Amino acid sequence: MTNEPAMSADPFQGERPRHTHFHERQAALNVREAWSAWNGFRFADYYYDPEYEYFCIRNFCGTYDICPMQKYYISGPDAAAMLDRMVTRDIKKLNVNRVTYCVWCTDEGRIVDDGTIFRISEDTYMLTCGSPSVSWLRKSAIGFDDVTITDMTDEIAGLSLQGPTSYSTLKAMGLEGLETLKPFGIMRFPFNGVELMVSRTGFTGDLGYELWIDPSQALAMWDALYAAGKDFGIHPYGETATDMARLEAGFIMPDMELSESLKTIHFEHDQSPFELNLGWLVDFKKPHFNGRRALLEERERGPKWTLVKLDIPGNKVAEGAIMYDTEDCDNEIGYVTSAMWSPSVKANIALAMIKTPALKGDIWAEIYYQKELRYYRKMALCEVKDKPFWMPARTRQTPPEVYS
Amino acid sequence: MSNYDTIVIGAGHNGLICAAYLAKKGQRVLVLEAAPAAGGLAMTREFHPGFKASVAHSLNQFSGKIAADLNLKAHGFDSSGQAMPTVALDPDGKHISISDDALQGAGEDDAASYVKYRKAMKTFARALEPFWAKTMPGVGNNSLGELMTFGQLGLRLRMMGKEDMLEFLRVATLPMRDLMDEYFSDKRLQAALSWDGLVGAKLAPRSPNSAVFGLLYRMIGEHQGMHSIPASGISGLVNALQGAATAAGAEVRFDAPVKRVVVDADENGLRASGVELVGGETVTASRVVSSADPQTTFLKLVGARHLEIEFANRIQRLRCEGYVAKLHLALKGAPNIPGLSDANARMIIADQPDALEFAFDDAKYGGYSQNPVMEVLLPSLTDSSLAPAGQHVLSANIMYVPANLKGGWTDEARADLSRRVMDTLEAHIPGLADLVVHAELLTPADLESQFRVTGGHWHHTEFAVDQMLMMRPTYEAGQYATPLPGLYLCGAGSHPGGGLMGGPGHNAAHEILK
Repeated sequence: MTNEPAMSADPFQGERPRHTHFHERQAALNVREAWSAWNGFRFADYYYDPEYEYFCIRNFCGTYDICPMQKYYISGPDAAAMLDRMVTRDIKKLNVNRVTYCVWCTDEGRIVDDGTIFRISEDTYMLTCGSPSVSWLRKSAIGFDDVTITDMTDEIAGLSLQGPTSYSTLKAMGLEGLETLKPFGIMRFPFNGVELMVSRTGFTGDLGYELWIDPSQALAMWDALYAAGKDFGIHPYGETATDMARLEAGFIMPDMELSESLKTIHFEHDQSPFELNLGWLVDFKKPHFNGRRALLEERERGPKWTLVKLDIPGNKVAEGAIMYDTEDCDNEIGYVTSAMWSPSVKANIALAMIKTPALKGDIWAEIYYQKELRYYRKMALCEVKDKPFWMPARTRQTPPEVYS
Repeated sequence: MSNYDTIVIGAGHNGLICAAYLAKKGQRVLVLEAAPAAGGLAMTREFHPGFKASVAHSLNQFSGKIAADLNLKAHGFDSSGQAMPTVALDPDGKHISISDDALQGAGEDDAASYVKYRKAMKTFARALEPFWAKTMPGVGNNSLGELMTFGQLGLRLRMMGKEDMLEFLRVATLPMRDLMDEYFSDKRLQAALSWDGLVGAKLAPRSPNSAVFGLLYRMIGEHQGMHSIPASGISGLVNALQGAATAAGAEVRFDAPVKRVVVDADENGLRASGVELVGGETVTASRVVSSADPQTTFLKLVGARHLEIEFANRIQRLRCEGYVAKLHLALKGAPNIPGLSDANARMIIADQPDALEFAFDDAKYGGYSQNPVMEVLLPSLTDSSLAPAGQHVLSANIMYVPANLKGGWTDEARADLSRRVMDTLEAHIPGLADLVVHAELLTPADLESQFRVTGGHWHHTEFAVDQMLMMRPTYEAGQYATPLPGLYLCGAGSHPGGGLMGGPGHNAAHEILK
């Protein structure tokens, strides 16, 4: 009888989404109860209104819960060598208190995942990424005797603060010296007896920071931040606004542009860095890194597909559009991965995978759109853009502009 | 400028064969051997003053092509040894003697079946024979030559005739037990004939996978699977290989253990450029060819950090646990085996397939059997140099003794296994214990430490369908070249596999010279 669960026990215990360290505050603000889940955590699609939250990112500032993002400490004398072999960038060039964006590939040069690597001390790196990666990290550590991999996802509370007033908010919170923090830099501040780590990083293409703190002080930090940001329009934003902001910035999104190679079943339905226009992350000066041989071959023959940024005439969003070489749809040449009407750029924008040889010719989008339940179709001649749709000078400006 | 064109790691038979072929083509070749003499697991060594033995104690599949190519006869290897019968040993003297084409001591039905069985197996073995001496095509973008190898395999199977081809495809991955049940009723005979499909592998009679392939692989020698000991002994073969290699110009250094493969790194990538010896000396070469097992080569000598992640993980998960222990007895006289007129035979002690099966079950869970099963030879009956006059050596392969014994190979465990083996032998060869001057038991763990082979595995890594042909040891290293430029494999962990056969050494040299 002792093994019988008590009547009050939840039969779905362990199945329900977990609460992040900021949940208590965020739940109170989630007026619409618009929840989904990320890596097993309850996670807001939006709190009040996605468009409003998007405008907070672009005009004031907003917070985005990155507790569900996976965080790993890779530490020890072999940590740098292990990461350097795993990712395509040269990690040996990463200085202490700096952050770098990376991809890592299979032996075949297909992307396993992307993420950021923080060098938080001489021999300790923090890798953050969208999906659980402990298995790949352990596989990658074979042959490196002096490296320890620790899953820190639950041990660190992470909150992203993005938008033009993010700097002013943090200053109002009392972070002295933040004005010297450059993009991809890390600074540390005392907070309630623990260390608050601030990195000038984010996923919106705007001025912004990410705050990393011991979970015991997560709510206290939230309260201090929201008190400081009251006059700077601070508001939580969810997945929907994030997706809008990152698309304007031209960043790739897992399960939109990127199908993680280890989870992809169909042949070459995953992507290489070259296909995602991330060739600049691949450093062939490094003698060895995973996928180097395959990527070298791919560079020689050129990628089969290329991710492009498109400006599309009209205001009909090209979501899910198939691309053709002519207005008469003679040959299929690709597909749209993400699309939106960009409020900041005032343009109809999209990311699309195009068969590389077809980039020489016209790119026509076959757009299906709806008016009060009735579907219509139109063809639109797209223009390829080289620069991100949205990347204001304030993103990189140091010190950032102060609002009062 | 490099010191050598090629450095071969290991002077086992495959290393020497590879070195000999390369040197014959004019390459400057250096063979580095950790031990004081050549041969690896086939090295003849004194295990008691005046008594010698080698872990590999008989020949059944040494390549005639290699013997001819390297003119081993001129170097003292005489392959014309008579095939020994295989004897299913019976404690009551009712042995069954198995020769190439007939059975003695078995029932009439079994004797008639045996003829059919041998005919079928020989047909299948013949069809596969050319492929053991060929590089298997990689999977993916194949050259015309590789496609032809595929085509040839298909054609050879088809050429057997529809009936034989279908039968081959049916039995190829059959458990040994099923094959035996189809042909024979005598349990002792079934056990003895199963032996060659199972020995050295982590397979029991009822295990599906590669037993029949293993059997066919072992049938490629001149006696089509029957064993022999050459007049010059196993040492005669090893000496001849060393002689052929040095005569061709290869240099062989003993007591020269390799610490690591030197990997150069620059903007062109990585490249194996030589080796560093344990003593600290570095020797450079255009390429390094390793006859060490794949795990030793890639994980210890090269280092996984110089490999790609998925490849390194495939190497790490290769199945390399040895399951065969070795017993050497120094005997002060010739043993008398009741009912056996000529003890110059390969004697199998396993009274029924279930004896093998249950012994395997014990090993599977980290133990060894109360009733060990074994293959026993008296090699000194052929090779008189192995023991002082009038005295003898008994050599036994004891199956299903795991390298990773639960609780480890303590002195008690070794003493207990020795006792069980001796009791079993005494039951079949009364009076044997009184003849024993000295006994040497080598567990797979001993083979690992003394012969530097992972898991003490005869074949360096399991000879199984997922680790054979173009998958041996794993894809991307199945054609002797490896993902590390300048590094090649030529050991038993490469196609075709282990045993005193020579295929890996021969095929690797062919690839390098291509």
